[in-house]
Amino acid sequence: MLTEAPAPSWNPLRDLSQILEYHFMINALAASSAVAVVAALVGWMMVMRRETFAGHTLAMMAFPGAAAAALAGVPAALGYLVFCGAGAVAIARLPGAAGSWREEAAGVGVVQAMALALGFLFVSLYGGVLGDLETLLFGDVLGVSDGQVVVLVCVALGVLVLLAAIARPLLLSSVDAPLAAARGVPVRRLALVFLAMLALAVASASQVTGPLLVLALLVMPAASARVLTVRPVASLALSVALGLVAVWLGMGIAYFSVYPPSMFIAFTAFACYLAARLAGLARERRRRRAPQASEPVPPATGLAGAGG
Amino acid sequence: MLGQEYMRNALLAGGFIALACGVCGWFVVLRGQLFAGDALSHVAFPGALAAAAAGIDERIGLFAATITAAVGIALLGRGALAGRGSRAAGAALADDADIGVLFAFVLAVGLYFLTRFSLGSGGSAGVQASRTLFGSIFGLGAGEAQFAAIVAALVLVAMAAIARPLLFASVAPALAGARGVPTRLLSIGFMAILGVVAAEATQAVGALLLLGLLAGPAGAAQQLRVPSAAGALLASALALAAMWGGLVLAYLVPSLPPSTSVIGLCMLAYLGAVAVRRGAGGAHR
Repeated sequence: MLTEAPAPSWNPLRDLSQILEYHFMINALAASSAVAVVAALVGWMMVMRRETFAGHTLAMMAFPGAAAAALAGVPAALGYLVFCGAGAVAIARLPGAAGSWREEAAGVGVVQAMALALGFLFVSLYGGVLGDLETLLFGDVLGVSDGQVVVLVCVALGVLVLLAAIARPLLLSSVDAPLAAARGVPVRRLALVFLAMLALAVASASQVTGPLLVLALLVMPAASARVLTVRPVASLALSVALGLVAVWLGMGIAYFSVYPPSMFIAFTAFACYLAARLAGLARERRRRRAPQASEPVPPATGLAGAGG
Repeated sequence: MLGQEYMRNALLAGGFIALACGVCGWFVVLRGQLFAGDALSHVAFPGALAAAAAGIDERIGLFAATITAAVGIALLGRGALAGRGSRAAGAALADDADIGVLFAFVLAVGLYFLTRFSLGSGGSAGVQASRTLFGSIFGLGAGEAQFAAIVAALVLVAMAAIARPLLFASVAPALAGARGVPTRLLSIGFMAILGVVAAEATQAVGALLLLGLLAGPAGAAQQLRVPSAAGALLASALALAAMWGGLVLAYLVPSLPPSTSVIGLCMLAYLGAVAVRRGAGGAHR
């Protein structure tokens, strides 16, 4: 990390071809693209279901997962999957998961703190160099291997197929659970399946951004898209696009810097979010200035503002 | 055990911090603001690292960052409510995703300072990061411990002063507002107090584990359905027991970090309360 970073030539094409000459950059881009798509889609559902806290907690499960894997000498991805899966089951079995979310929140908080405490215990038992802590918490996308890319792409495809299969009932049960239950949708089982999908998405994203910054890919694109449009399909597509922009731009900038890629990914996603909020504010002000236009359909210019 | 000075310091500072965390945590859970509390604890991370990178006392960075963020979150929630007008459900929806965005950003800022610090100063950055994220209560000096205890005691006094109106405003905000209770001021004030607690507890159990001290004892009190004032007292008693028990455990088992044992006991308290509740529920049926 302390090595000198290459300087950009400010010719985008030449810079791009320089970046793509390195095998590790291609691996990193492929892995982070697959992860960005899954995280944006699952994260969009997560924001819709107001489960950001649960998503963050699952992300925190990845830290003891990685630390335990290091302790046991198995691949980190295995540790991520086992611990995130266990976290999803634990959260689904918490008291009051169906009723008042306040009770659920206390339980989720306890699960999260315990996960982190366990991770810290594993790290101290491992007794390794403390520099490893940074990798465990903030990820190491530039170290992704060929095998990991294959696994990440397969997981991404699996999650996408599953999501496509249950999207409609899941959306209905997220928006109006009583109605969905009355229509015969298995609301509780869907909630568990969704948490499992969230765990998969988080376990993948952890390998790119590290457990602490998973929310950058999970919640930021969805939160930005939600401001710009209310139509579900457009909002989903926008969320995926913003996620991809965040990882590509973030990795591109990180290539020319000594700072880690996960930081630039988070900053790029945050810039998109700020731009979206500003565009949303401007639109609101315009609508308030023209009180005759009472229909709530947002003008198409809101989408054009996303590029800024 | 009490002959060791570091142990006396840890018990003194930890005890007061646990009491403050228990009381504040109970209100946090009651008000459904646990996610905001979580965000505040994460803000402590860039705060401390920014102070370390700038070479000033880390407590200045901690308090400045958490209190600023606390007031910011309180104002953000208010702004969201005001901006969306009558769409109350939409405004409530805005909160958790926005807090999530905020703290992914905040952690990225922390990573920036961590990297910058490690570029400047060789090996000590990892130690600093570990101390901030996971606490180092056995490393507190006598002066630091007394300072932490005094601040935590002040927090307790402040909480005692606003407890009644805050409880009213949390349970029935509309009614409290109609009776002339300044609900907005209270909610900003409470978040600011929570910011102080977050900065305090970061020194004891670390930025990442503070949540357990807020949520575990309070969640246990809530599971047991203990009513208002007694619930807050029970939560702080449980937090104190977890803190002292955890410290003693960590003293007896050297490979066990104190933060892990403290949070582990908080978790046990919560699980025990859930089990008691389930048992009681079964007996009633």
